[in-house]
Amino acid sequence: MSEFRFAVNVLPKPGILDPQGRAVELSLPHLNVTNVSKVRVGRRVELTVTAGSESEARAVVDGLAKELLSNPLIEVYAFELLEATSSVVSSGAAPR
Amino acid sequence: MKVGVVTFPGSNSDVDSLNALRVAGVEAVTLWHESPDLAGVSAVILPGGFAYGDYIRAGVIARFSPVMRGIREFAATGGHVLGICNGFQVLAESGLVPGALLRNRSLRFAGRLTYIKPERLDSPFTQAATGEPLRVPVAHGEGCYYADDATLDQLERDGRVLFRYVHPDGTPAADPDDPANPNGSLRAIAGVCNAVGNVAGLMPHPERMAEGILGNDGGMQIIRSLVDSAAAWEAAGRPATMKHAVAAAAGEAGR
Repeated sequence: MSEFRFAVNVLPKPGILDPQGRAVELSLPHLNVTNVSKVRVGRRVELTVTAGSESEARAVVDGLAKELLSNPLIEVYAFELLEATSSVVSSGAAPR
Repeated sequence: MKVGVVTFPGSNSDVDSLNALRVAGVEAVTLWHESPDLAGVSAVILPGGFAYGDYIRAGVIARFSPVMRGIREFAATGGHVLGICNGFQVLAESGLVPGALLRNRSLRFAGRLTYIKPERLDSPFTQAATGEPLRVPVAHGEGCYYADDATLDQLERDGRVLFRYVHPDGTPAADPDDPANPNGSLRAIAGVCNAVGNVAGLMPHPERMAEGILGNDGGMQIIRSLVDSAAAWEAAGRPATMKHAVAAAAGEAGR
């Protein structure tokens, strides 16, 4: 078994009003920033999956992203693998 | 007959809901979020609050709680379920009513009195209403009703928009930026129901305006509707497919 560290990024769907993004945009003039636009504010979740393979771990993350971390009606998500580490096989367990 | 009110960790309108039901003259019991057993209740209210801290998105963690397994089954077998405020968010996240509740367009928590008008008086949640605008409070940060245009058109065609925000004189809130629309809800929608008509979500709080001592008991019209519908459902022997006017209208529209 290995440990896979993922980052899941969730953003409002294109076309859906994002009042947080708009509020950030409205603050830009106060910073004298004039060349920034199309701000979208989302959420980043990092998590570790213990699984036999990367594809197995990815399937778990994809399921979670769909069911819990995002709402497909209003949000889109993407995730990336940050780190993979082999964990020690517990003593007594036969290596598969 | 008794009506259940779910208590999630973070519910805060559960006691108001229990009280409103008792004022309506029905036995009201608490349903604990950790048990899928609904204790034989004839209807369920999912109350307002901040279930599970509203973490990730309002309502989504509650969706996976044991009590929701029982409620999903109860709803599928014809039982009446009303989600108020956070309860609406839980129902939407659970897919038991259509759409989603987005952050208020103003980005501010909306805590004030609003007016809503029932769109039809033959649903289980409006049958005891007079049709006049009801003065009821809202208290939410994520109440902006959203669904895509095709879904909104379908809901309108099927008569599943149960409540809309209106001006005190009953004229509909014109657009998302109308001050009579407290959160920017599309088409000023304050409440919708599922296709069968036995599950509804509503952002404002009828249970907080349900007693004369508060100066206004308009909310009692909605609580009374739910109680009467549940009683009729019990009297009919708990039919799994009670023919609600909403479903009948949708069936006709589809023909």
